[in-house]
Amino acid sequence: MENEFLKNQFNITRRHFFGKAAAGIGGLALGSLLVPDLWKGDGTDPAGSLPLGMAHYAPKAKRIIYLCQNGAPSQYESFDYKPMLNQRAGEDLPASIRGNQRLTGMTANQEKFPLVGSFYGFKQYGQSGTYISDIFPNIGSIADDICVIRTMSTDAINHDPALTFLQTGAQVGNRPSMGAWMSYGLGSENKNLPAFCVLLSRGRGNGQGVYSKLWTNGFLDSTHQGVVFSSSEDPILYLNDSDGIDKQARRRMLDELAELNQLGFQENGDPEVEAKVQQYEMAYRMQTAVPELTDLSKEPDHIIKMYGPDCLVPGTYAANALLARKLSESGVRFVQLYHQGWDSHGNLPKEMAMQAQDVDRSSAALITDLKQRGLLDETLVIWGGEFGRTNYCQGTFTVDTYGRDHHPRAYSIFMAGGGVKAGSVYGETDEFGYNVIKDPVHIHDFHATVQHLMGLNHEQLTYKHLGRRYRLTDVSGKVLPGLLA
Amino acid sequence: MRYLKIFVPIAFLACMLYVAWSCSDAQASDTSMPDVVDYNFHIRPILSDRCFKCHGPDANKRQANLRLDTPEGAFAAFKDNTKAHAIVPGDPYASDAFTRLITKDTSERMPPMKSNLTLSQHEIDLIEKWIEQGANYKPHWAFIKPLKSELPEADADWARNEIDYFVYEKMAEKGLKPSKESDKERLLKRVCLDLIGLPPTLEMQDRFLKDTSPNAYEKIVNELLANPHYGEKMATPWLDVARYADSHGYQDDGLRTMWPWRDWVIHAFNANYSYAKFVKWQLAGDLIPGANKEMLLATGFNRNHKITQEGGVIDEEYRVEYVNDRTSTFGKAFLALTFECSKCHDHKYDPISQKDYYSTFAFFNQVPEKGLFGTIDASFADPPNMRITTQDVKKLLNFINKRDTSAVDVMVMKDSVNMRKAYVLTRGNYDMHGAEVGVGIPKSILPYSQQKYGGDRLGLANWLVDDANPLTSRVFVNRIWAQFFGRGLVKTLGDFGMQGELPTHPKLLDWLAVDFKAHHWNIKRLVKQIVLSATYRQSSDVPAAALKSDPENIYLSHSSRMRIPAEQVRDHVLASAEILNEEIGGPSVKPYQPKGIWEIASSGRGSLMNYIQDHNQDLYRRGMYVFIKRTVPPPSMLIFDASNRDQCEVQRGRTNTPLQALVMMNDPHVMESSRVLASHLSKENGKLESVLEKAFRKIICRKPKAKEIEILTRYFEKEQANFKNNPAKMDKLMKIGEYKKDPGAIRAYTAALMQTIQLIFNMEEALIRV
Repeated sequence: MENEFLKNQFNITRRHFFGKAAAGIGGLALGSLLVPDLWKGDGTDPAGSLPLGMAHYAPKAKRIIYLCQNGAPSQYESFDYKPMLNQRAGEDLPASIRGNQRLTGMTANQEKFPLVGSFYGFKQYGQSGTYISDIFPNIGSIADDICVIRTMSTDAINHDPALTFLQTGAQVGNRPSMGAWMSYGLGSENKNLPAFCVLLSRGRGNGQGVYSKLWTNGFLDSTHQGVVFSSSEDPILYLNDSDGIDKQARRRMLDELAELNQLGFQENGDPEVEAKVQQYEMAYRMQTAVPELTDLSKEPDHIIKMYGPDCLVPGTYAANALLARKLSESGVRFVQLYHQGWDSHGNLPKEMAMQAQDVDRSSAALITDLKQRGLLDETLVIWGGEFGRTNYCQGTFTVDTYGRDHHPRAYSIFMAGGGVKAGSVYGETDEFGYNVIKDPVHIHDFHATVQHLMGLNHEQLTYKHLGRRYRLTDVSGKVLPGLLA
Repeated sequence: MRYLKIFVPIAFLACMLYVAWSCSDAQASDTSMPDVVDYNFHIRPILSDRCFKCHGPDANKRQANLRLDTPEGAFAAFKDNTKAHAIVPGDPYASDAFTRLITKDTSERMPPMKSNLTLSQHEIDLIEKWIEQGANYKPHWAFIKPLKSELPEADADWARNEIDYFVYEKMAEKGLKPSKESDKERLLKRVCLDLIGLPPTLEMQDRFLKDTSPNAYEKIVNELLANPHYGEKMATPWLDVARYADSHGYQDDGLRTMWPWRDWVIHAFNANYSYAKFVKWQLAGDLIPGANKEMLLATGFNRNHKITQEGGVIDEEYRVEYVNDRTSTFGKAFLALTFECSKCHDHKYDPISQKDYYSTFAFFNQVPEKGLFGTIDASFADPPNMRITTQDVKKLLNFINKRDTSAVDVMVMKDSVNMRKAYVLTRGNYDMHGAEVGVGIPKSILPYSQQKYGGDRLGLANWLVDDANPLTSRVFVNRIWAQFFGRGLVKTLGDFGMQGELPTHPKLLDWLAVDFKAHHWNIKRLVKQIVLSATYRQSSDVPAAALKSDPENIYLSHSSRMRIPAEQVRDHVLASAEILNEEIGGPSVKPYQPKGIWEIASSGRGSLMNYIQDHNQDLYRRGMYVFIKRTVPPPSMLIFDASNRDQCEVQRGRTNTPLQALVMMNDPHVMESSRVLASHLSKENGKLESVLEKAFRKIICRKPKAKEIEILTRYFEKEQANFKNNPAKMDKLMKIGEYKKDPGAIRAYTAALMQTIQLIFNMEEALIRV
């Protein structure tokens, strides 16, 4: 009799999750963490017939690792080779090229806009012959695995709105970030880990800070919030038990706790009690699973060699790149890295070289590592910043030093794996690198394409909030077939 | 009487129909057909959701020149075929809008394939029947001035005040019965958590249990309403609405000093300012003739938005952004309308045109402010601001907890002498001026007359609290209701527009709204009315029948168990251990926080680059005083669904996640509180059972059952044996937290007691408002 009662209660728990859908369909994804097959019910939106937790069509990629270079690395010293700028260095940017482009408050009052070419040389790499600058030799060595996009364009010209736009599809407002949307749309592959993890590092160049708004769940359920992994002793906040409490002690406590809660449930009949017990059990599993995963010390020598010695220094970009591979390999849907320090308004040649030194080897290693494990096909790796930099100099211009201001119209990023066309270059800018002349990739298009690779239709993955169906791509964006393998 | 005409048919039909509107996001599984189909309750939710985007109020996006949101539009002959009509009242099959729903030709069918929207068969049937019955349109319910209706019949033995009559009626319609009154212990915990945000002390528990007088409960309610912690509890949701924070937001995110404004909010609730005054001072205190410094301080409400400090931004762009923030906050906070949807185009669903938006924008556009006043540390309070001196705090502003003699600057509102012109901004772009607009408000809510109200923010405030305003009172009453029942009578607290949910108890909502206004917007009176109702006092045990037929407890056949809000999680732990610092107001504090989380996210500039933790009594302040740096809000708060204070928020989520379990198991605050409570209790040298009972009652706020004591005792003994064998572990455990250690307390007994208290803190019931 009692068993039957409990069984009935459990069904109610399931129904309760569905019942909560009106408050936030997000509740469903939480449900999926607890009951892996919960989706296979009928969790659909009558208006749009959207099953959540499964792709709209066969995905190319199952997981994303987003290596966000925040601060905006210069395209002229990385992936957009413009020798003409070296030839015409010091000449003023022609008004016809600049057009009506808005400038930031930092250079708007400059009297002149002297063109400046790359301090570094470029080489062609691989079968594809992709031009890549000399400060990124390792990325050069995997040129045939990546797809360089030279024609990214964004609406914002300052860091905060541009990063917010890149991550949430809107410059202002508390909208869910890309990772939160993926978590919401596809759920988690690993019931012991969050679907959306965030790793932070800081380089040696001029930095701009990051903010939790970039990995916010916005109006989605807070279970879709990015969980920040830290390089401190607690890889996830509050994960480790206090000194003096070992694994057995924790288990004893949880067993008694479950019994006490069960007593409560018998009296109050509230299905949330059962859900609570499940959450404690998941926390307990995370306590074992996460430290095992974040322990990089057991990685074999050849892996350490590949990522470089920095990967053993917690909190570095290299360590985060390696950790990203481990998290992704374990089924984390979306691993988001942020590496600060690319905002080279002055002293660019020196700063950018240091930044490149920090990320070049391990970024390439990550892609090679995934490839060797047979995971690159199903993992989409994205590398790039929130906008580009100007082709003219900001501030003092000498032979060996210059700066570049923000430029939103055209900039470069690259992607690899997960269904993108390897060994290719997409889009073309004019000889000044200032304007897109072929195949623009607006942020909305980029989002639409990334969601497409994950098997999601960007127009269908919506969430109704305060009367409106929101989506990552707001009201525009198109999938760009030219980027797809 | 008009009111009755609208709602009377609903009253006896609602029984079968609620699903159609209450579950627009979830499964609309109820397919029963009402005898009379009502536009507001059955048809508009469908049309609004699936049709109005292209055939609604937005003139620029209207397709085929057809609008279905007005009868004129729907009944008119088509321009290109004057014999055809979208809707012919009485004849669905002559109505194009209906036949195009059912046609097999997918190129003709509405909504178009590419919209990804469909109608269920039940929805199509409803529309058919509605057209058959004459396709009667009605104004949107929320824009009709509320009227009091007569009390329905109810079980007089059960009902205690008017609220109960309305609730009983709905319950009866659903075949539900009210639950018995909660036992005294749980009722006390509930009302304490709801009114002051703190658990009842043991003294209070004993006193209430002993008091058998018929008004024992009411005495407690009166006591709590007079308790200064009431103001703190009521202020916290308002801080979400007002997007209050201690930093400027945006990337560099420097310090700001708006906390005196927060102290004012607490004061306003404690002094029981009427809602009309509360609103008026915040919106336009500076414009009230002879405004004093307190009125000016209240206007800080409209300066709580984020402010950029990023060099390189364009001044005007951000100035416009701040005005936008005020405009949409105004819409959401006071009217529960999504004004911001009209920033770039006419509203897709509600009668708010883009011109309306910029007319309301114009009220907030007069502040002599800059988009970028300066980079980080340029100012903690950008002008216009007000200086608060020690002299002020001795007199008029004596509610401000200014801890030292230095003056503090607070941002306030001010209007420039010369009116700044406002324009429709094309696509919302700050520099694309369209037509010039004057001040105004969407007319379908309540027409705005400059002669009557005035042409500035004070006029806007007067319009808001005009008795004829259909929204102000409803919106606030609904929000207070949700605070006590976990769910609004209108579930979408922030959207009373066409896309919002319909009220589940329309008559009750309107009765409360009218009653609230009639009693001078008296907030404490409203709160008292709610907590004294039989509805509120019901047991929170979930009856099996209710779980089946009403799993969300929409019809209130029992009290809802709710996890307490983030700030209160902290309060509850500290208060149960008796280490809570009960000081009210003052600068925000920085208690324990995991290391490095500010530093790693910082741009490396400004005084908030490093987290410098406070000590001593500042470690034990209430959750609402924990410093909010917007770019890195306190993690334990976010984990429990607190707002990040990025923008106006009227409704928090209530999740249940493993990260919450980790906080409760490992946050040093919880560990420290367990340690201190264990130390205190172990000194009492009582019998173990009575020590455990005491701890249990402090946290769970009721006496434990025999079985519970048995489990706790068993656990205690296991832990004690364990610590005796591992004294090193015990020493480590007893070091947690800065609260002074009791050298005599380091023994296995205390350590085991600490662990047992930890266990109690982690019980599901601990953080539940039962």
